[in-house]
Amino acid sequence: MKKKKALLALAGQPNCGKSTVFNALTGASQHVANYPGVTVEKMTGSYRYDGMKVEVVDLPGTYSLTSYSPEERVSRDFLLHEKPSVVVNVADASNLKRHLYLTFQLLEMGVPLVVDLNMMDVAGRRGINIDTQELSRQLGAPVILTAIKKGRGKKELLKSINSVAGSERSPKPFLIDYGPMEPFLTEIENEFSGNGVLSKNYPGRWLAIKLIEGDSEALKLIRELHSTPGKVLEFIENKRQEFESKHNEKPERHIAFSRYKVADTISRSCVKPKAAFTQPLSDRADAIICHKFLGPLILVGVIYLLYYLSIVQGYNITNYTWPLLAKLRSITESFLPAPGFIDAPLIRSMTLWFVDSINALLNYIPIFFILFGLIAILEDSGYMPRMAFILDRIFNKFGLHGQSTLPMVLGGIYVGGCAVPGVMSCKGIPDERARFATILTIPMLNCLAKVPLYVLMINIYFAEHKGPAMFFISTISLLMVLPVAKILTLTVLKNKDTCPFIMEMPPYHIPTIRGVLGRAVERVWLFIRKIITIVAAIAIIIFILLQFPGLSDERKAYYDTEKDRAIAGFYRKIEGNPYADYVQGENLMALVLYWDKYKNAKMMAKGKEAALAVNEKFKAENSVFFKIVRPKKDKEAKSVNKAFKKVFSARKKLLREIKKEKIDNSFLGRVGRAMEPYTQYAGFNWRVNVSLLASFAAKESSVATLGALYEQKEEGETLETRMEKGEKGFTPLHALALMLFIVLYPPCVATSIMVKIQTGQIRWMIFSMLFPIVLGTAVATLIFSGGTFLELNGLQAMIAFYCLALAITIGTGFLKNKSKTT
Amino acid sequence: MTLDDLRPGRECLVKRLHAHDKLGQRLMDMGVYPGLKMKVIRNAPLEDPMELELDGYCLSIRHAEAKFVEVEDR
Ligand SMILES: Nc1nc2c(ncn2[C@@H]2O[C@H](COP(=O)(O)OP(=O)(O)OP(=O)(O)O)[C@@H](O)[C@H]2O)c(=O)[nH]1
Ligand SMILES: [Mg+2]
Repeated sequence: MKKKKALLALAGQPNCGKSTVFNALTGASQHVANYPGVTVEKMTGSYRYDGMKVEVVDLPGTYSLTSYSPEERVSRDFLLHEKPSVVVNVADASNLKRHLYLTFQLLEMGVPLVVDLNMMDVAGRRGINIDTQELSRQLGAPVILTAIKKGRGKKELLKSINSVAGSERSPKPFLIDYGPMEPFLTEIENEFSGNGVLSKNYPGRWLAIKLIEGDSEALKLIRELHSTPGKVLEFIENKRQEFESKHNEKPERHIAFSRYKVADTISRSCVKPKAAFTQPLSDRADAIICHKFLGPLILVGVIYLLYYLSIVQGYNITNYTWPLLAKLRSITESFLPAPGFIDAPLIRSMTLWFVDSINALLNYIPIFFILFGLIAILEDSGYMPRMAFILDRIFNKFGLHGQSTLPMVLGGIYVGGCAVPGVMSCKGIPDERARFATILTIPMLNCLAKVPLYVLMINIYFAEHKGPAMFFISTISLLMVLPVAKILTLTVLKNKDTCPFIMEMPPYHIPTIRGVLGRAVERVWLFIRKIITIVAAIAIIIFILLQFPGLSDERKAYYDTEKDRAIAGFYRKIEGNPYADYVQGENLMALVLYWDKYKNAKMMAKGKEAALAVNEKFKAENSVFFKIVRPKKDKEAKSVNKAFKKVFSARKKLLREIKKEKIDNSFLGRVGRAMEPYTQYAGFNWRVNVSLLASFAAKESSVATLGALYEQKEEGETLETRMEKGEKGFTPLHALALMLFIVLYPPCVATSIMVKIQTGQIRWMIFSMLFPIVLGTAVATLIFSGGTFLELNGLQAMIAFYCLALAITIGTGFLKNKSKTT
Repeated sequence: MTLDDLRPGRECLVKRLHAHDKLGQRLMDMGVYPGLKMKVIRNAPLEDPMELELDGYCLSIRHAEAKFVEVEDR
């Protein structure tokens, strides 16, 4: 009988190439990387071969199939409950013995198995020859050799899958002889074999093995499905103890050791010659890369290069891509209803706000693309586990993990990272407690978006000490991250699981261009899809909070009179002028827009020729307006031009005042004011409050909102001078408090979403937003109120705080980690 | 003696695992079992963790964890 449809599961130990096999079979582009534990959720895809439609599931890599880790549980439950028609056990041919350990467990589960010995190219290079026929005979399952990355062996694999999936066979799997444990297993199996539900759904011998191992999930099965669970559980516990006292070995140990003994025997008989350990190249490379002195040096070099290429060079690229985004904005603008003299249609201002918010994020794409590409190279080459190896000691002191290195680097360990990819890359940290601590503290590092505000503050209030101030702000974040991480792991995270550091150090691979580019594109796409959509939604909400309830009728009337007065003044001045006829009624607004557009076009035009072309274009569009805009020798046009400039700037001033008044009155403005009595101790007035609230969508906007709140008195005044004039009472101490608050600012929306994705719980996302607010307020209050009390100036407060942070960091480093492992 | 006492370059034979729960399970799953021969390749630049070579592959392990592996120097 031939089935036409099959469900295929890919199982195997970490880093043996399951996802590569998955991609080769389905043509998908699953995440592949040269370190263990890349795939943590199962992935599905499908293909068709020789009339058979095969649904493929890529399971997370597991060294074993116990219920100790979530990945192992995911894989095991899938195999037990979904009953795949064929399971491909991907194994590393160059490392047969350890991989057989898992193969045996799969066979015990009674699943229809195809063993795929992958990486035979690597095995070949090491002079390892495997007798597949002999191995297949001993295991009782087909064995295929592949080098799937090079496309070798794919056809044989496809054929073998079809033949196993197509045949109705009652598997009589190869069984390991557990020696003195056998009678125990039989007894346990007999104990529950009367139960219909259990014996129908679970292979009896497998369940017996799991039960005597004391596997928590298997015991749960008994509790839930057996009619007299108490009795059975007691029986099992007795058997466990009996075995242990008789053989002086825990049953689970005995089982594991027996498997290794058999694996050793089989691999001896099938591998010729016996694999002598040779990883000559990797080994020689590691002698340098993990060297006492060279290792850290190379690490710093790699991190520097990562920053330099992505942040510095990527930022340069944005100089070329930004005009494209600006173009997108102006195209959108052209579809929107035109603005009135002082009142812009709501749809217009809202759409433009929306586009601006999105553009602020899209602008990061070149940086992200380079960054993700470089990370892919680090991942593929196998350097990542080495980074973890070198830095684990330091991170471990603060409750983190060696593998926190890359996320921290991405988040901006010095200045200018981004928390989004940082949090994203926490996935690979196996230790749950350290992973959470890393995720929660990454937003406290200095991301790119925080930098403009730092620069603004330092330029105004620390102008004489720019260098030290910049150094302070660049390094203080790490001095807060480490103790905070430690404190989190000792408090809220103390019940999270920890995991031993035991980590495989895979041999180095040379990354492929296709793999690297593919991954970079894929992650950028993920960023666009997941992040930008939500940021867009939040942007609209913030817009509404900043715009409504808007102006009162009274104030509207006031602005209308002001507008009428300005316009009337204009017409009075040009009375009798031959051009006056052309700017009556609606035409006045048309001229305003024409003027604006001309100025913009002129600004964009580079070079003399382009400028001339712009002139020609506008002349053709409206020759009369052109005369007014560029009167040259025409006396009458000149006087209209002069009068128009006046009304034009009167309009700008009105628009600005309205905008400011709207924000003042807005919901967010009111909240900012309401908070002032409390935030004054931290040195924040209501304007600062509003800008902090608004920057939640994206921190870039903090400076923009401040810009809107501090009116421009004269054309071209920089925000620096405006703030200086507008905030007479603001001192460097205020600025320092604000900067430190920004360091501890809660994660932006994009990061929050990532936190939710990576922790899997809204709870943690909310926590990640709340604790920085509390901490930030506390630190800012300490600086401002404490500094005021001690009569410190900005620089003194800065030094004092730095010493304090340093002392706390060193102090917490000595605190003992709470250990959950034995 | 225990594994964490060994200096880089030394070879040893695993005698017993004293760790229970997760660490013990993890050691077994990664291929550390009594009777296995292994070699300490190097310590990390800051001394901890250490890198081991079991037949065919390399593992890194913290000294605090290696303490639970009883070995026999060879
Ligand atoms: N030389 C060689 N390398 C391979 C082969 N197949 C996969 N690789 C590489 O092995 C590494 C691991 O591949 P993955 O497909 O990510 O492994 P995985 O089993 O899915 O790993 P996890 O998801 O961590 O369990 C990658 O660097 C691959 O490029 C092969 O046949 N030959
Ligand atoms: Mg994978």
